[in-house]
Amino acid sequence: MSETGETSLLAAPDIRHKIERIAAQIVEAHPDRPLALVGIHTRGAVLCRRVYDILRARGRDTAFGTLDIALYRDDLDNLGTIPSIRGSDLPFPVEGAHIILFDDVLFTGRTIRAALDELVDYGRPARIELAVLVDRGHRELPIAPDYLGQSISTARHDHVRVCFTETDGREGVFLTRSAPQP
Amino acid sequence: MSTTAPPARRKDLLDIESLTREEIVFLLDTARPFKDLFDRSVKKVPALRGKTVLNLFFEPSTRTRASFEIAAKRLSADVTNLAITQSSVTKGESILDTVDTMQSMKVDYMVVRHAAAGVPAFIARHTPAAVINAGDGNHAHPTQALLDAFTMREAVGELAGRRILLVGDLLHSRVFRSVSTVARKLDMEVGIFAPTTLIPSGRPDYMQAFNTFNEALEWSPDFVYLLRLQRERQAAHFFPSLREYHHVFGLTRERFLECRRRGIRIMHPGPVNRGVELVDEVLTYEHCLINRQVENGIAARMAVLYWLQPAVTPLPDEKEEVAS
Repeated sequence: MSETGETSLLAAPDIRHKIERIAAQIVEAHPDRPLALVGIHTRGAVLCRRVYDILRARGRDTAFGTLDIALYRDDLDNLGTIPSIRGSDLPFPVEGAHIILFDDVLFTGRTIRAALDELVDYGRPARIELAVLVDRGHRELPIAPDYLGQSISTARHDHVRVCFTETDGREGVFLTRSAPQP
Repeated sequence: MSTTAPPARRKDLLDIESLTREEIVFLLDTARPFKDLFDRSVKKVPALRGKTVLNLFFEPSTRTRASFEIAAKRLSADVTNLAITQSSVTKGESILDTVDTMQSMKVDYMVVRHAAAGVPAFIARHTPAAVINAGDGNHAHPTQALLDAFTMREAVGELAGRRILLVGDLLHSRVFRSVSTVARKLDMEVGIFAPTTLIPSGRPDYMQAFNTFNEALEWSPDFVYLLRLQRERQAAHFFPSLREYHHVFGLTRERFLECRRRGIRIMHPGPVNRGVELVDEVLTYEHCLINRQVENGIAARMAVLYWLQPAVTPLPDEKEEVAS
């Protein structure tokens, strides 16, 4: 398997622009309803936090939470190294809440499936929507984003990496192309 | 919260001695979010869905068995309890026969308690299931040590440099062996105070021994850990009487007041012999951690079940034995 280097898909100003647009679309869709924004660890939580800050600056009644889906993964059996658990933090009643779930990259949809299962274990939300920065395709479950930064066409074995200053010390979305496995 | 990569998974947890410091810290870090689950409306997570946990107890236990059972159920595993009484043994079924029978039921995890040291390790070598030692003779009780370390960390934060004083029957105590080992691996200082007849002969150098309870309290421990006295030891003349034991090695009212004055945390693996290891009023003391130990046992055992990984295929040495 050979790698042909890293291509930049989105730079810092693009990311800022996409996030502002996601925030604007959320406000447009929900003009006066209290919202609960929930980010999936780790970079989904960063994305979520940034949108939350924008909504708060506009005086919106908004709650913020984070979700650790490790215990809800469907592939724990096969992992030689078990994921660390950071725990979920949902400091608002999930029952009846309008939740917008955030993740950085939407791929197979399995992470979102796990997050939905975990959310309903906290209570019965009125509604759950999905916001992602990048949709790279190759879905294995019937899941689609309600708010989307950028759609990218990729091959199954490509690697898409989102970097945020908070977690990676730099800003950008990168694609690493890999030759398909024989 | 540690940022280092999680350690590779193991098949079995047989003692504390074979765990690295990193593995211990990982298990303690992992137990924390499990404890947070207990405040949720649904206290279960699906991590062990479809898996079977067998509680295989050759020695009676109510509390430890219940703790493992709740831990497994909160991870969505199916749990079967099997208490093997003396009579089953006299029927002529060997330990391996029992394990083979259980294996044909395809269990994924076996929680084993036995009066003889080494039985869980022996079983672990003969089953692809992940084996957890829930106490074997005088040898080890690793999940007790993990829940104790978790409880201590919860009470005071970082444990390095903290002092723990272990009091009581050290000789016959698997809790003593596992707790003192976890304390050393987490860079705590370990003190001991016990009847000379109940101190193991090969006591390691890192333990500081005291001659009186007052001398031990002067050492300013952060934790006083009272070991459970096995009443049958009295019949074997390791000490003269329960009253005498309480008078010299128990947390009497006077010593308790001294502990309270110093803000020392009190621990005990349970069940408590009231009026022997400690006086009643200790149980309502604000720094008595005994009930928290019980609560934290579930989270610590969940972390262990989450981390261990049963072998996929029958173990190689099992095949060899069949071939030879």
